[in-house]
Amino acid sequence: MMSVDIPADSALIGPNRALRRFLRRNRLILAGGVILIILIAMAISGPRWVGDPLAPDPFARLQGPSSVFWLGTDNLGRDILARTVYGARVSLVVGLASAIVTILAGLLIGLATGLGHRFDAVAMRMMDGIMAIPTILLAIALVSLTRGGVNILVVAISIPQIPGVARLVRSVILTTRERPYVEAAFCAGASVVRVLRRHILPSTIAPLMVQSAYVCANAMLIEAGLSFLGAGVPPEIPSWGNMIAESRVYLSIVPWMAFAPGICLSTMILGVTLLGDGLRKFFDPRERAGR
Amino acid sequence: MGVYILRRLLSTIAVMAMVGLFIFLLLHISSGDPAAIIAGDAATPQMIAEIHAKLGLDAPLPAQFAHWSMDVLHGDFGTSIFSGRPVLTLLLQRLPPTLSLSALTIVFSIVIAIGLGVAAAWRPGGGIDYFLTGFATLGFSVPVFVIGYFLVYLFAITLHWLPVQGYVPIHNGVLPWFTKLVLPSLTLSTGYIALIARITRGSMLEVLSEDYIRTAAAKGASTTAILLKHALKNAGVPILTIVGIGIAGLIGGVVITETVFDIPGVGRLTVDAINNRDYPIIQGVLIIFSGAYVLINLCVDLAYTLLDPQIRY
Repeated sequence: MMSVDIPADSALIGPNRALRRFLRRNRLILAGGVILIILIAMAISGPRWVGDPLAPDPFARLQGPSSVFWLGTDNLGRDILARTVYGARVSLVVGLASAIVTILAGLLIGLATGLGHRFDAVAMRMMDGIMAIPTILLAIALVSLTRGGVNILVVAISIPQIPGVARLVRSVILTTRERPYVEAAFCAGASVVRVLRRHILPSTIAPLMVQSAYVCANAMLIEAGLSFLGAGVPPEIPSWGNMIAESRVYLSIVPWMAFAPGICLSTMILGVTLLGDGLRKFFDPRERAGR
Repeated sequence: MGVYILRRLLSTIAVMAMVGLFIFLLLHISSGDPAAIIAGDAATPQMIAEIHAKLGLDAPLPAQFAHWSMDVLHGDFGTSIFSGRPVLTLLLQRLPPTLSLSALTIVFSIVIAIGLGVAAAWRPGGGIDYFLTGFATLGFSVPVFVIGYFLVYLFAITLHWLPVQGYVPIHNGVLPWFTKLVLPSLTLSTGYIALIARITRGSMLEVLSEDYIRTAAAKGASTTAILLKHALKNAGVPILTIVGIGIAGLIGGVVITETVFDIPGVGRLTVDAINNRDYPIIQGVLIIFSGAYVLINLCVDLAYTLLDPQIRY
């Protein structure tokens, strides 16, 4: 997701300077990228510098920040810092996995409806129906029907978001299909597969990259919301959502129990959203002047 | 005009039919046997067979769907597995707190968001504009429950200005009702404000560059009159659209906000239903909330014609 096309003049000035120039011109991508790199580094390096997020200490419950527990301990005496750091893993894994599943499924449905007339109407009405159901409620229903687990969670978070992506892909394909160069390719004897691969699919890449960032941010929001409501990741895995849910009663005693995961979660979503905004501006320079 | 309304109504019915079909199929696709889900983990084959007979699960799927749709249209959403009471009764009982919270949130959001958006568009690049940009970015990134806990910590626990949680019905006094709902409504409205304010600003900026605004200024109309009378009225359609679309996010937020503030509304009913795996309730909530969303957007679409006489169908 982080790899972005470097402008064409990079051959003249060397890759390092080109990258710096690119980042200077695209401040939003820089800001989002830096936030994400820090949080990803935190998630990966976590086990090296924090303690066990699951080890309870009955003699150190609900403590304030100290030199041993930098952010204090929760109601079971578990290290809040360690739990927060480990929570980043859930958010990242679920966010990325949901984004991949959503984009792939949306792309397939979008292609099928954009190219084939036969089930276009039926599929799009079905998509309208799914879009009319509030996202988090649909995810709740999907989770509560099954036995839970992270795989199901990813599917449940993806399904409400697929219609948006499918519609996007469909609209891009419907406009590209009418372009003269597609017609020219057909006239020159190119096969459907070749036209699709060489001429139609590339036009979906830019909008899908932007959309994948937004889908990922949304997925992280939904995951946290579901975990907060007790319908997300199982309670034995520390996630930001269920940490905040557990902090309910203790907010006045150890506010960090809610604030540490809350700040991290918000920062993570901010990072992904900024990256999406940056990509959108990069791909569509008209946006730079507008809203 | 009449044809347009009729067409719009028909498409609304079509969408609701799709929603119904999807919600119905959910239960049948995701698990082999809905009866096994309804009976729970400790079900014996005999119990499952009884549920089969009671719900008519042995009939073919289309027949089941027809039967179920008729029930829903007659207001019969089935009975709760956990309490054994009709789902509709439970939903109606929990509706007043949810409606109070939603109504107050919508009022707060529209007033604050349109104020912010108009002020930001008045001086683009000015202080309010920068504030709005920052607020909108944060409003989209910070989850509802994080905002909720932050506001509770600040205004209830630290400053003691407002109560931490709970709900008082309006017939027990408007003031207690209001004070209990201020924090939840502000919490829920943050994202909605960000959304509406951004669209208001964009739409206002577009309108403010029109010739008739310059004409109004030239003939000596005051800034307030230009902004509110000439510009805002004409910037209304996109704002109204986003108010309608944003309701979907608001509905999801209601469930979470009610949990944060311990408000006994439909959202809490839903969360309890998740914990009890009370599927008929979840199904009922899905239908009610999706129906509300679709209906509100229908009203928004029909309201265009009142707001903008240029739109003729």
